[in-house]
Amino acid sequence: MTTATARFATRPGGSRQLAGTATLLRFALRRDRLMMPLWVGVIGLLVVSMPNSLKSIYGTAAERADVARQMLTNSSLRATYGPVFSDTLGGLTAWRIGGYAGVFAAIMSLLIVVRHTRDEEETGRQELISSAMVGRRAPLTAALLAALVANGALALLIAGGLAGQGGPGALALGLAVAGVGMVFATMAAIVAQLTESARLAKGLTGGLLGAAFVLKAAGDSATADGSSVLTWISPVGWLEELRSFADERWWVLLLFAAAALVQGAVAYELAGRRDIGMSFLPTRPGPATGRLRTAGALALRLQRGALLGWSLGFLAAGAAFGGITKGASDLVGDNDKTREIIERMGGQSGITDAFLATMVNMLGMVAALYIVSSVLRLHGEETSQRAEPVLANAVGRLRWALGHLTIAFGGSVLIMLLGGFGLALGYGAELGPILGACLVQLPAIWTLGGLAALLYGLSPLLAPGAWGAAGLALLLGWIGPALNIPQTVMDLSPFGHLPKLPGGDMAWTPLLVLTGIAAAATATGLAGLRRRDLST
Amino acid sequence: MTKAITVSGLHKSFGSTHALAGLDLEVEAGEVHGFLGPNGAGKSTTIRVLLGLLRADSGAAQLLGRDPWADAVELHRHVAYVPGDVTLWRNLSGGEVIDLYGRLRGGLDPARRADLIERFELDPTKKGRTYSKGNRQKVALVAAFASDVDLLILDEPTSGLDPLMEEVFQGCVEEERARGRTVLLSSHILSEVEELCDRVSIIRKGVTVETGSLADLRHLTRTSITAELAGPPDGLAHLPGVHDLDVQGLRVKLQVDTDKLDAVLRSLTASGVRSLTSTPPTLEELFLRHYQDDATETAPTSTSTSAKAVTR
Repeated sequence: MTTATARFATRPGGSRQLAGTATLLRFALRRDRLMMPLWVGVIGLLVVSMPNSLKSIYGTAAERADVARQMLTNSSLRATYGPVFSDTLGGLTAWRIGGYAGVFAAIMSLLIVVRHTRDEEETGRQELISSAMVGRRAPLTAALLAALVANGALALLIAGGLAGQGGPGALALGLAVAGVGMVFATMAAIVAQLTESARLAKGLTGGLLGAAFVLKAAGDSATADGSSVLTWISPVGWLEELRSFADERWWVLLLFAAAALVQGAVAYELAGRRDIGMSFLPTRPGPATGRLRTAGALALRLQRGALLGWSLGFLAAGAAFGGITKGASDLVGDNDKTREIIERMGGQSGITDAFLATMVNMLGMVAALYIVSSVLRLHGEETSQRAEPVLANAVGRLRWALGHLTIAFGGSVLIMLLGGFGLALGYGAELGPILGACLVQLPAIWTLGGLAALLYGLSPLLAPGAWGAAGLALLLGWIGPALNIPQTVMDLSPFGHLPKLPGGDMAWTPLLVLTGIAAAATATGLAGLRRRDLST
Repeated sequence: MTKAITVSGLHKSFGSTHALAGLDLEVEAGEVHGFLGPNGAGKSTTIRVLLGLLRADSGAAQLLGRDPWADAVELHRHVAYVPGDVTLWRNLSGGEVIDLYGRLRGGLDPARRADLIERFELDPTKKGRTYSKGNRQKVALVAAFASDVDLLILDEPTSGLDPLMEEVFQGCVEEERARGRTVLLSSHILSEVEELCDRVSIIRKGVTVETGSLADLRHLTRTSITAELAGPPDGLAHLPGVHDLDVQGLRVKLQVDTDKLDAVLRSLTASGVRSLTSTPPTLEELFLRHYQDDATETAPTSTSTSAKAVTR
């Protein structure tokens, strides 16, 4: 009796909230041993390889100065790429890739944090872990530390890899990218306390990231030097405000640190106040009887929340980008000199169309992420053993899969139309051409959806590869042109084959070919699904 | 009697693991059939093959006279399945899932659904994650018992149920039998099997090692006998089938293979019997014998030959 009391008394008070953190951190790093180095490596290499690519495009100092001048004067280009603060190779690297690297670091971080917090609770694994000598706040701490390790490695990689372009600038850029990552890691930590669903936590944090990205773009278009308040309220914008390679404003790093610390503290406070597995958004009781009659209705019921979120997101993003473009052309209209420059480059409507086409294309590539996530719901249902009892009923695999695929492919049409609607609304443009341009993106989106269906149908093990394909298409589309990647590689992305609308010439052949590829891939996937074993 | 399930020589491998190595199973229409075996013996794999979720490598399987892989959907109209670990969707209530499953099968009897919900004391308005394991299990059980089907395939259906609910479950299975439905019940709860099952099949390492009615199976095991004799026992040790013989003066304790009982009794009466207790083998002993064999025996060849010998 006394010995037992003595054993408990050795560590008095509430100092054990963090017990087991080190073990959990090692465990998290062990589980992420593939994913984490891959993220860090790809983001790091993108940034580090940028100076060489830029050198091959803008070979002389005069050409680089010219780019910088264009960014200074053209607000719609600035909205897409951001302002240039220095026309050195380092400065152009920070300009061209910094924001995207920050966004990717944020995605990596939010995935890591949710994976090791809410995901663990939702699956029930956390219960067993927490029954051991693990403090109440240890899982969250370990998750944030894991994100810190990943972002720290990324900062080191960037700082080391770009050191040739100027040590302080490289360090600033590395720290800023990691800073964006940590801001969204801690944001995800808060969101993970609020919802019971890991999927929702990832979606909400991703939505906040999208909003931050749009804010930065709006701010960039509004002012030439990033002094817009819109840029300042976006964590992705801070990366720009730091001005790596251009007289770094080091104190901006304090913003990252402060935001991460405050958000981290909020998440800590919330985590300490709730029970395991519970959330602050409570689960309401449901109906005692159901009206779901078919596997298709079930699929719609399961996916409707996500589809609603994507729809609202696309409408809002479209409207925001439309508004930015409108501001851009207004600005051009006011200034004779700028108008002259832009007209010499192809005319005002040409620039606006090009900008709109870029926006539509960007929406299309993001919609590819939607379709992959929607198709892979099949994968999630199968691996979580929920497909098994459904398929043990009088439901054929084909019908079950088609239910989800209909929502995936139909949903992509819906969100693209909504994105186009928002764009036209925000810009005040004619609806028809913009909606048409949005629909033209669909064959490329469907191709990636078809690929996801193909990989999943052949084997559940291959299914996550669809994310890799969508990510590659996104990378090639966003950054490919600046990296001077050979055309054969660029052609891998289905988006590279689409006609550039509005403004460009319509071409039916690539659309039909891509749609054909998508249909063939989906059909092959379904045939595979009918033949293979269900994973157990 | 027609067969509800016939399986013969079923093989299924996952990579280098041979989950099923020539499994046989016959379930008569209208019977409650116990399906037993240690963990990893291949019970769930067999059930998944029967449901057309897995495709067998070789061997024949028929469910209600049809091919479980090719005719999966049509068959499932007549089959209800309860897995051992029920996972639900977090945002669907238990009631919604019950109704969905019912509609995806041959239909659902609303009166029986209401009755079952009451008997199982299930709150159908709660949502997926908020159910305990036992309650998730009840959701699947209510959906299965309320469905209008001919065959129920239950894979350790009572894991997580409390003893009261276990009794409700047994009552439900009895009702199913009374209605002429067929039940394949995979279970580790021996009292449950003893109570409910007309016949059982025991499988081990992917092959059937014994099958038959409980009475048949008891026949294959040992009966314990304690006797007080009038005179000293004679020659008991040399009789075939006698084990663990313990003679203390006129008191005899032994175990005998049940099919060799006759000779032992003859020998005992020859010495004169004053008192005799004979205990039939319990189901536990029956299973333990096979389950323990699993731990000790490793040669797969001897497994398949002994299986043949026993089932014949």
